[in-house]
Amino acid sequence: MKAAHPEALPIAGGTDVMVEINFDRSRPASVIDLTKVAELDEWGPEHGYLRIGAGVTYTRIIDELSDRLPGLAMASRTVGSPQIRNRGTVGGNLGSASPAGDAHPPLLASRAMVELATTAGVRRMPAREFYVGPKKSAMRKDELIAAFLIEPSSGPQQFSKVGTRNAMVIAVCSFALALDAKLKRVGTGIGSAAPTPVTADEAEAFIEGVLDEGGLWEKRGELDPSALVRFGELVAAASRPIDDVRGTAAYRRHALAVLARRTFAWAWDEYRRKTTK
Amino acid sequence: MGRVPPENDKVKVTLTVNGRRVVADDVWEGESLLYVLRERLGLYGSKNACEQGECGSCSVYMDGTLVCACLVLGGQARDRDIVTVEGIGEGEALHPVQQAFVDAGAVQCGFCTPGLIVAAHDLLRRTPEPTTVEIREALAGNICRCTGYAKILDAVHLAAERMASK
Repeated sequence: MKAAHPEALPIAGGTDVMVEINFDRSRPASVIDLTKVAELDEWGPEHGYLRIGAGVTYTRIIDELSDRLPGLAMASRTVGSPQIRNRGTVGGNLGSASPAGDAHPPLLASRAMVELATTAGVRRMPAREFYVGPKKSAMRKDELIAAFLIEPSSGPQQFSKVGTRNAMVIAVCSFALALDAKLKRVGTGIGSAAPTPVTADEAEAFIEGVLDEGGLWEKRGELDPSALVRFGELVAAASRPIDDVRGTAAYRRHALAVLARRTFAWAWDEYRRKTTK
Repeated sequence: MGRVPPENDKVKVTLTVNGRRVVADDVWEGESLLYVLRERLGLYGSKNACEQGECGSCSVYMDGTLVCACLVLGGQARDRDIVTVEGIGEGEALHPVQQAFVDAGAVQCGFCTPGLIVAAHDLLRRTPEPTTVEIREALAGNICRCTGYAKILDAVHLAAERMASK
């Protein structure tokens, strides 16, 4: 249907699309209601990944997947309100590709894949290549987001978001962290502090180096506080924030350094506790 | 909602509202469920304010799930089961949640009340004895500009007590 009507706007939970229509910011020539496509509401294991349909709501991610995807579940809990979480979907977050979307940082941190479908077949691409500009993704006009694929956590994960209150907040900035104890890898994701959701590659490489050199993964050893500070600085340096109604660029950089430092300290503490009993 | 819907692309939507099968005619493709409820079906309980899911005044159940009616496309409600604030009580009798709002003085201007009633009803259905924190969390998507929320929290606690003792 999307192939036959490339101009049609797909709608799932409507938490973005309906706002555009209600405020007359866009009047799509036609819409495609994805909520009647049952396959999009399903999730299950696939070759070591979890394949999660684009229509699975935030409420279901929290209720059904918190144990396997703690980072994404934490981010999901910060989305809007119960009413919004009951309708909003990760697929919709990907479709809108807003830099402020709460699902993006954990998808980046966990190196998730996005599955795009057409009548001709499907292709999968890393989330790290999906976001190409403000509210722009690598999805083509004839494609629909079918699912995303994400590995169940193999280490502590965190998500933190800055906003003016606990609920109904568009992130001033946000940060997601995923420790992969199996591959000894660190994943990051930054929200609301660049034209797109971004990763902090240098910060990842730096802290992986520190953990490797000290043999800290094996020892479950203590991390030098100065390394945490440096990690925070490198995360802040990876952002490209602007001044806007929600906050200034300087504030966002500062806050990101704090979020990165804190979340890493929490995650590393959790990793050390888990095995030292 | 001062917009003029285009003349073409009108559709008929059949849905169940408060247990009754109803038909909404001439629904424009971009029309929200809230508009269908209020303007097509004459159910004015659900309130129209922010039109962006921020205020919760239009909270209704769709197939048993709490949603903002302003964010549901009319067409998406086809063949769904909707319960509005008008369907919360039994006939003319108030539901304990509604009675508690009256008794606790949780209603001032009343605009946010229908949405809060449905959201509180949804909370107590899932969590019969909620803590204050759980109530705050559950009602975080419903904005009240009069009461300061204290009386609303009282009302939900009161409703929970009364429902537990029945």
